[in-house]
Amino acid sequence: MPVKGWVEVDPFYCKGCDLCVNACPQDVLAIDMDQLTSKGYHPAYLKEDACTGCEICALVCPEAAITVYREVPIRSDRRKVVKAGN
Amino acid sequence: MPRELLKGNVAMAEAAVRAGVEAYFGYPITPQTELLEWMSHRLPELGRVFLQAESEVAAINMVYGAACTGVRVMSSSSSPGVSLMMEGISYIAGTELPVVLIDVVRGGPGLGNIAPSQGDYNQIVHGGGHGDYHSIVLAPSSVQEAIDLTVLAFDLAEKYQAIVVVMADGNIGQMMEPAELPPMLPIKSEYPEWAVRGAKGRDHRILTSIYMNPEDEEKTNLRILERWNKIEENEIRYREYFLDDAEFVVIGYGTAGRVAFSAVRSARAEGIPVGLLRPITLNPYPFAKVAELANQAHAFLVVEMNTGQMLQDVQLAVAGKVPVEFYGRLGGVVPYPDEVLNEIRRISHEPIAVGVDPRRNWMQRLKTEIS
Amino acid sequence: MAITAPANLVYSRPESMTNIATHYCPGCTHGIAHRLIAEVMDEMSIREMTIGVAPVGCSVFAYNYFNCDFVEAAHGRAPAMATGIKRVLPDRFVFTYQGDGDLASIGMAEIMHVAARGENITVIFINNAIYGMTGGQMAPTTLPGQKTTSSPSGRDVEQTGYPIRMAELIANMEGTSYSVRRSLHDHKQIRKAKKAIRTAFEVQKLDLGFALVELLSTCPTNWGISPQESLQWVDEHMVPVFPLGDYKIAPIIGDLRV
Repeated sequence: MPVKGWVEVDPFYCKGCDLCVNACPQDVLAIDMDQLTSKGYHPAYLKEDACTGCEICALVCPEAAITVYREVPIRSDRRKVVKAGN
Repeated sequence: MPRELLKGNVAMAEAAVRAGVEAYFGYPITPQTELLEWMSHRLPELGRVFLQAESEVAAINMVYGAACTGVRVMSSSSSPGVSLMMEGISYIAGTELPVVLIDVVRGGPGLGNIAPSQGDYNQIVHGGGHGDYHSIVLAPSSVQEAIDLTVLAFDLAEKYQAIVVVMADGNIGQMMEPAELPPMLPIKSEYPEWAVRGAKGRDHRILTSIYMNPEDEEKTNLRILERWNKIEENEIRYREYFLDDAEFVVIGYGTAGRVAFSAVRSARAEGIPVGLLRPITLNPYPFAKVAELANQAHAFLVVEMNTGQMLQDVQLAVAGKVPVEFYGRLGGVVPYPDEVLNEIRRISHEPIAVGVDPRRNWMQRLKTEIS
Repeated sequence: MAITAPANLVYSRPESMTNIATHYCPGCTHGIAHRLIAEVMDEMSIREMTIGVAPVGCSVFAYNYFNCDFVEAAHGRAPAMATGIKRVLPDRFVFTYQGDGDLASIGMAEIMHVAARGENITVIFINNAIYGMTGGQMAPTTLPGQKTTSSPSGRDVEQTGYPIRMAELIANMEGTSYSVRRSLHDHKQIRKAKKAIRTAFEVQKLDLGFALVELLSTCPTNWGISPQESLQWVDEHMVPVFPLGDYKIAPIIGDLRV
């Protein structure tokens, strides 16, 4: 099952620069041409519910405008990884 | 404390150490290098900060950084190096930080020479870095005064968040005289509420000289000016000699004032009713005192080691009431008392041409004298 | 539970940034560099112990965007100012943030000498091959043939020489412990850049000498192309002239795990 994520773009900071839209590997971000921020930009927004919470958009965002959520998947056979030598 | 034979540069450096200076950043330049050298072993000895910077430009900016942390900090240089510091000085003034600078003045302009001069009066008193501000300028005439004024400089700088320049003629840095150093003061343990030292447990602070909004810059300029007004009201200093019944008043600062004093004493012995006013603060200038003397004097004689820079401030204060004559030596030449005595005799015995530029007359006489 | 429950939060705006929208152009990578530095300050918990020195250039108001003490330097003089602060307060984290005019032109003497002295400060160098704030003039890092407002026919190397590679120059100074070049043009490079910035601050934490991180950055407005095209321009044109890599890592730093 793919990891489920969610992002929120804060229109207070977003300048509609398009970098997150281009960087998103799932292509779930878009520029909202119907919305204008207080500074007159068209902000980015999550256009469909297929985000995987990979954080790439937040990584490339120059305004630190993006908050990322990711559901931690619960697996029945979770194994602990022990570092060799520790 | 006992009197010791001290070299001016070393005395000023040690005076700063005793006054609690925590950091010195400088660059070698004659005739003040001994100050830097003294600091280079004395400050590390006391666990304080010394660094020889790569240039005067870097030195004044290191001073700027350290001043932001609220510690007592200084630099020293001489005329060409001080020119390099002008940008940094302006930034320090715009950020309203206390800083002490010792300027040991040499012949100029340009590279000039390493002999003593007063050719930087306008640069330091009227000029400086760009922008609307004033530095306090203190002019010693002896090693003892250099010590006392260096200590005073730190107190004034802190009291008024101002730059204080101790402007010493080149010879004062170099000469050796018996003088007394003050006792050692501890370095600070408390820092001003504007100091930038890491935002622990408080809102972050910014120290900057930028005020993009002109109205904010205007408020800043006014704030700086208001502190300057207080400085003018409270910090003017000068020495007066034989002025009570003086009909002729000689005005000179630093070495020129000291040489003039010898001439004034000789003149008094000849019966000439002459006195000396020796300004100690060149900025703020004792305009009111000069104006007051203009009511009693028949004539003034300004003696400087330049082409007549303080002369203009005296002319301003005298406001044409009585003649103001001028005598100067230039380029690193120091006048002898005899030269000044001849001038005193001249103005007290011969009528002074009115409405003539005193500089032009002086220039004529000097050219004849030195040819 | 809802996807936006606090337990699911994996990234939010760093604490060490103020809540002020920046004045930088849309897509300008200054914002990414600022964010990375703020993240490092958060992760190392050094916000209250840090003093930043702002340059002259587009980032002249950097002090408005970081939630730590900051001072403003004259053009090019930030390393000297940082020296003054660090010498007096050796246990604080002191960093400068400088552009190509500030660091490689007017400030060349100051940066060379902090490296020579091995000053225990961190310098973040933003290289975008142009002077941004003053409207797009040629910088010491401008590429041969690159058109700017003061090289309208393209940079002529006969007249104005070749771009200066600062990370390499600084690496040659004995006082330098860490001198690397990274880029901000895609998410992989941004991750590497963050690690480099973190290492550069760890170098200061351990008093290991001078650390410089050069970051290839964009200037969409003065390059005259879109933000996304600017990222590609860095990859295609700047990286060949300013190769990414580690130019000096003192052996003791190589063992640091960040």
